[in-house]
Amino acid sequence: MKTSSSNTAKAASGIPALLKTAGFNALIALVLFSLMVGVRTEAGSDGQLTYWTRFGEVASLVAAVFGGSIVLELLKQWIGPSGAEKLVPPAVRSGMSFVGSYLAPALLIFTLLVPVIFYDQRYILDLAILVLTYVMLGWGLNVVVGLAGLLDLGYVAFYAVGAYSYALLATNFGWSFWICLPLAGVLAAFWGVLLGFPVLRLRGDYLAIVTLAFGEIIRLVIINWQDLTGGPNGVSSIPRPSFFGIPLDNSDNGLAARLGIEYSPTHRIIFLFYLILALALLTNWVTIRLRRLPIGRAWEALREDEVACRALGINTTTTKLTAFATGAMFGGFAGAFFATRQGFISPESFTFQESALVLAIVVLGGMGSQLGVALAALAMIGGFELFRSLESYRMLVFGMAMVLIMIWRPRGLIGHRAPTVYLTKAHAISSDLVKEGHG
Amino acid sequence: MDYFAQQLINGLVLGSIYGLIAIGYTMVYGIVGMINFAHGDVFMIGGFIALITFLLLVSTGLTAVPVILLIVILVSMAVTALYGWTIERIAYRPLRHSFRLAPMLSAIGMSFVLTNYSQVAQGARVKPVPPVITGGYTLHESADGFVIQLSNIQIVVVVTTIVLLAIFTWLVSRTRLGRDMRACEQDQTMAALLGVNVDRTISMTFVIGAALAAVAGLMYLLYYGLVDFFMGFVAGIKAFTAAVLGGIGSLPGAMLGGLAIGLIETFWSAYFSVEYKDVAAFSILIVVLIFMPTGLLGRPEVEKV
Repeated sequence: MKTSSSNTAKAASGIPALLKTAGFNALIALVLFSLMVGVRTEAGSDGQLTYWTRFGEVASLVAAVFGGSIVLELLKQWIGPSGAEKLVPPAVRSGMSFVGSYLAPALLIFTLLVPVIFYDQRYILDLAILVLTYVMLGWGLNVVVGLAGLLDLGYVAFYAVGAYSYALLATNFGWSFWICLPLAGVLAAFWGVLLGFPVLRLRGDYLAIVTLAFGEIIRLVIINWQDLTGGPNGVSSIPRPSFFGIPLDNSDNGLAARLGIEYSPTHRIIFLFYLILALALLTNWVTIRLRRLPIGRAWEALREDEVACRALGINTTTTKLTAFATGAMFGGFAGAFFATRQGFISPESFTFQESALVLAIVVLGGMGSQLGVALAALAMIGGFELFRSLESYRMLVFGMAMVLIMIWRPRGLIGHRAPTVYLTKAHAISSDLVKEGHG
Repeated sequence: MDYFAQQLINGLVLGSIYGLIAIGYTMVYGIVGMINFAHGDVFMIGGFIALITFLLLVSTGLTAVPVILLIVILVSMAVTALYGWTIERIAYRPLRHSFRLAPMLSAIGMSFVLTNYSQVAQGARVKPVPPVITGGYTLHESADGFVIQLSNIQIVVVVTTIVLLAIFTWLVSRTRLGRDMRACEQDQTMAALLGVNVDRTISMTFVIGAALAAVAGLMYLLYYGLVDFFMGFVAGIKAFTAAVLGGIGSLPGAMLGGLAIGLIETFWSAYFSVEYKDVAAFSILIVVLIFMPTGLLGRPEVEKV
């Protein structure tokens, strides 16, 4: 607050001050980039380090910072001090809410029709399955982060537990997908409770670090326990799912032969698409129902203020544990689906980056908002696909986006979900207004 | 016994490096109450800047090792400190009064930015450096030929850590800046009312933390002879574990925790399994947080409503 107001005051005093700010920023940028960008080191073939200079890149970066700060300062002057409530015309607002109320059904109908519209485009179908997997993960994590307000940085661990549960049960014992799917969910939920117990007493950011450590432990154990998991080589030839016992292949008792239609490999893709769609919708439905039950309300209350929760007689232990278990269970389902879709899994798929990506989807979507999470997953995974060729730049942009969103709209870009129940005559003390709601 | 003594030396050296990073975590947590998730990456940036400065100096034909090291340490401290200052300015300061998860998420984003920035700027491959400080002493040679070695680089790491720690303790306990820092730690509003420039004090905290991380980066570079863009993540979590183990907010605690983690990791690798050494470190983090959330030297946290 202090900074923004002092900056505006500075900017308001005219062009020289503007140039001074920009020049100062450019100078800082020069020092920051001169060594890291200006000198490129590389290990030669004989292990000897060599370097070459790149002054052009430094110059353009510094110029970009200079120009950028001028634009930013001017924008600040035009828009006015940050934090002020923007007035939206009522017509626009009612239009927005009209669109908002029809967006979700429209999106759902479109999603249902995706395999029909893009029947021939394998790439789009694969991408849609990927997006839906992340929608499901986002909705699962939303229970923990969005509803209960527990920052979980190790969500990928449950995804991994689900994936490995299915992969190992199916390859070692030959169990079918439909038996393993609930088992994977149960096992993941069990791990969720196991993680939940020790972290019950921890505050927000401690909790985050412990869940992160937990996720790393799971990954390291998977890498090192080679007898069971195959270590870094992963588990391969995981069975494909069947249509409730009927295989989706080109054999005589395959689904295509039984229905008397010509076999096409696309059938399996479409089946997978509807499978993940059903799983995601199940997650969504369960979450929405739970939100209306006492336990869901307790989650939301916990998110808003833990101390008040305890004072009102809510058992925070069971509340947190159920949140962890529910979120983990959906992660486990998604993991089992991931394993059966890929046919091959390895520890590389379950790194911290994955956790951060799912978390970013939840945060970007506006914590607690179901539609927001779905849209955020679409934007995020779609955006990642668009910039697939720029491998390392896209993570750079991803990080920057995360910082900028936190600064600009910390409560989420798309949606904002207020608690389901609140006093109508609200002299609202929600967590928007208080600095810190311990939890 | 000899093997034990050798591992003890190795563990203490590793622990010193962790301790230097842990100080940055503990100071920031003490004063702003947030986990600076990007601090491990600041350590990595420090290592890179040390490497680049070193390379530039060597190519100018300078050969005196002490002079080179002095310049490298000063340049990397200064530039990395500026990184720390900029990070605080961009990613944390606007969020100081935001809801409680916001700074943490912003810090995670910043960590990604720094990791991938160095990958883009310096490439993904590991950068090796030839040993700069060579030689050492043989402390003891047993009958069956096992030698306890104390290399010069190990001495340099430990001595640098002790010297920095001494300077730093003086800074916090005796200077105006240190008094301001302790005041902000207790009550920012009250400190501001009494004329302490809170913004500047917090900035200085980040600057000092980053400078110490830069020294840790240089020491890592000299000791292990390599840097890569991904080394900040694991080192960062371990240093954070050290800070928690020592009692977050406590400076001697951070150093003590660093030494403890270094020793545990070394002995675990020596006597049990190298593969599970990170698992051991992370498990300690979880166990400590469950059974002694205040750490070894920390104060119990009072929950205010």
